[in-house]
Amino acid sequence: MLTTPGGWLLLVAVLAPFVGVLVGLALGGRNAPRVAALILPIGLAVAGGIAWTLLQSGDPLVYLLGGWAPPLGIALRADGLAAAMLLAVAVVVCGIGAYARADFGSVTGEPAQRASFVYWLLLLAVWGSLNLVFVSGDLFTLYVALELLTFSGVPLVCLDGRGETLRAALRYLLFALAGSLLYLLGAVLLYGGYGTLDISLLAGRVQPEPIAWAAAALMTVGLLAKTALFPLHIWLPPAHAGAPAAASAVLSALVIKGSWFLVVRLWFDVMPGVVTLPSAQLLAGLGAAAIVVGSVVALRQERLKLLVAYSTIAQIGYLFLMFPLAFDASGSTLVHGTVLTGGLLQAVAHATAKAGMFMAAGLVYAALGHDRIADLGGVARAMPVTVLAFAISGLALMGVVPSGAYLAKKLLLDAADSSGQWWWTIVLQGGAAFTAGYVVLVLTNALRRPAVPVKLVKRVSRLSEFAALALAVSSLLLAFAALGPVPGSLISNPLLPKELVPTLLIFLGGTLLALGLSRRALFGTGDTDGTVRRAAVAAGKGVELADSFLRRWPSAGLALLTLAGLFAWLMLSRNP
Amino acid sequence: MTAATLFGLCAAVLIGVGLYGLIVNPHPLRKILAFNVVGSGVFLLFGAIARRGAAAGMGGDPVPQALLITGIVVAFSATALAVALLLRLFDVSGSATLSSDVPARPGTDTDAR
Repeated sequence: MLTTPGGWLLLVAVLAPFVGVLVGLALGGRNAPRVAALILPIGLAVAGGIAWTLLQSGDPLVYLLGGWAPPLGIALRADGLAAAMLLAVAVVVCGIGAYARADFGSVTGEPAQRASFVYWLLLLAVWGSLNLVFVSGDLFTLYVALELLTFSGVPLVCLDGRGETLRAALRYLLFALAGSLLYLLGAVLLYGGYGTLDISLLAGRVQPEPIAWAAAALMTVGLLAKTALFPLHIWLPPAHAGAPAAASAVLSALVIKGSWFLVVRLWFDVMPGVVTLPSAQLLAGLGAAAIVVGSVVALRQERLKLLVAYSTIAQIGYLFLMFPLAFDASGSTLVHGTVLTGGLLQAVAHATAKAGMFMAAGLVYAALGHDRIADLGGVARAMPVTVLAFAISGLALMGVVPSGAYLAKKLLLDAADSSGQWWWTIVLQGGAAFTAGYVVLVLTNALRRPAVPVKLVKRVSRLSEFAALALAVSSLLLAFAALGPVPGSLISNPLLPKELVPTLLIFLGGTLLALGLSRRALFGTGDTDGTVRRAAVAAGKGVELADSFLRRWPSAGLALLTLAGLFAWLMLSRNP
Repeated sequence: MTAATLFGLCAAVLIGVGLYGLIVNPHPLRKILAFNVVGSGVFLLFGAIARRGAAAGMGGDPVPQALLITGIVVAFSATALAVALLLRLFDVSGSATLSSDVPARPGTDTDAR
């Protein structure tokens, strides 16, 4: 293994944001936004350079730190998956940076200035940690990168310094640390069993035997705790809803992707032959449960930011649907095929759309002074660009042609058909209706004509609005960007009956869900609720109670340990 | 039973006790301490693996020892961050508890920005 010619780009991609953090720290207060404004384009250019070099040469970029080769040394490695994620994260970070200039660009007053200073440094730190996650070539560097990501993400939750957000940050930190310890324990076991932690070397040595099962189960569950997959989502709603909008966008769109990417690396690159179809079914089953529970509880929310936070929980479920569909024809190993491309598209589409959605929600909160969904009437007329950004983000998440989520869904549906797993077809098609539910809820309220004209407390910056819109539109048009590696025949004309009918059905399903499950009736007052609506509201309340029960430490801890045991047991069903 | 195996079993006990404490204890400072106990267990396990995998004539495999030092530093920074958050929480709210995470009426968290 040697350092490839473009390998130094990997080093710059990781170091540039951290150099920015150090320089920003040294220069102090008012210069932090300027340092960030300098580093963002550099990082974007480097990510583009890595993708370009990869496309030209066709081989993964490799950089050996210090010139020492594994197993004694550390290699940074960027394959197609890593390069795509690097580029996507760079674009989203630049978008969030443009948005945050209004909130954190130049502020006066001591506490606001400190929050702004910390925000820019943490944005760069999250970016650098994510880059390290994507290009690391061995499991221990990944552990360090994961911890860096957690340490950079946690203070973003409590930027405003209130007691509630500090509590949410501490809860996030403790649960994430529990996850990292489980991951580290798995890595230790792998070293004990196979003598190396380098990913490509380990892939050659790992066998289906108890130590590999134990390590895989522990590492997977630890990473799921950090990704907040249902039922381990104890920390996410208060953390993401309590953070300022620019910080929530970073947390939801980017930080979650780090641990998800690690699960993908672990399952597809380190242990493709060790993980079994039943264990992948469990993983995707948790994802399906996340979609249903997250969407239903989102519909029951009164506040916009909590709704978007619960929608993040639902969308995280989507990211895990690809695992059982990515097995080869004999159902024994995971392959790098179209399903992995679909999963990657889903992740990128979610990152861009979710950032856009949180940014739009933050702008609404800043302009109105509150984010109560029921009192959003008239916002659409007062802030058309913002509501358009929210609507387009919602459409992109629903999977309307030609969004990235649509193409991802198509790829996964193909695989579900060809492997005969019809139940995932139902989940994939039905999940979009759940997403449509809460988008319809918010838009109905925003488009309503209010009794008194809505008064905006504050004018929001045009740059922020258009940054949110730009990210939302990029998610909607993502399918065109992916046309290279995927046959163009998959994207058909959205107005054809074949495409229009499912889209209309999704909208119809979403509207029905919103009508049935929303906390306040969409039309008219709540006094004249029919029987169906009363039953639906009761069901919604039940799901919400179950969710709040699961979001306690004892239940979450028990779920953590039970899932670890279940994963290990499901991997046992393979004959070694 | 070799020394390495004994230390390995001891590490398993530490991890178990620490995980129990992390999940069950409601007070955040105890959770932080339990996290450190689990961390100690994992590092002890790694040390036992280093001893078991040592080449002839060497006291222990050097790679785990190097990784261990990094791990200890990471756990130490994690503890520092957690304690700093806890102290700030106590300063701001006067009580160090995580228990207000589930609001009385689900769906209406306290007002946040």
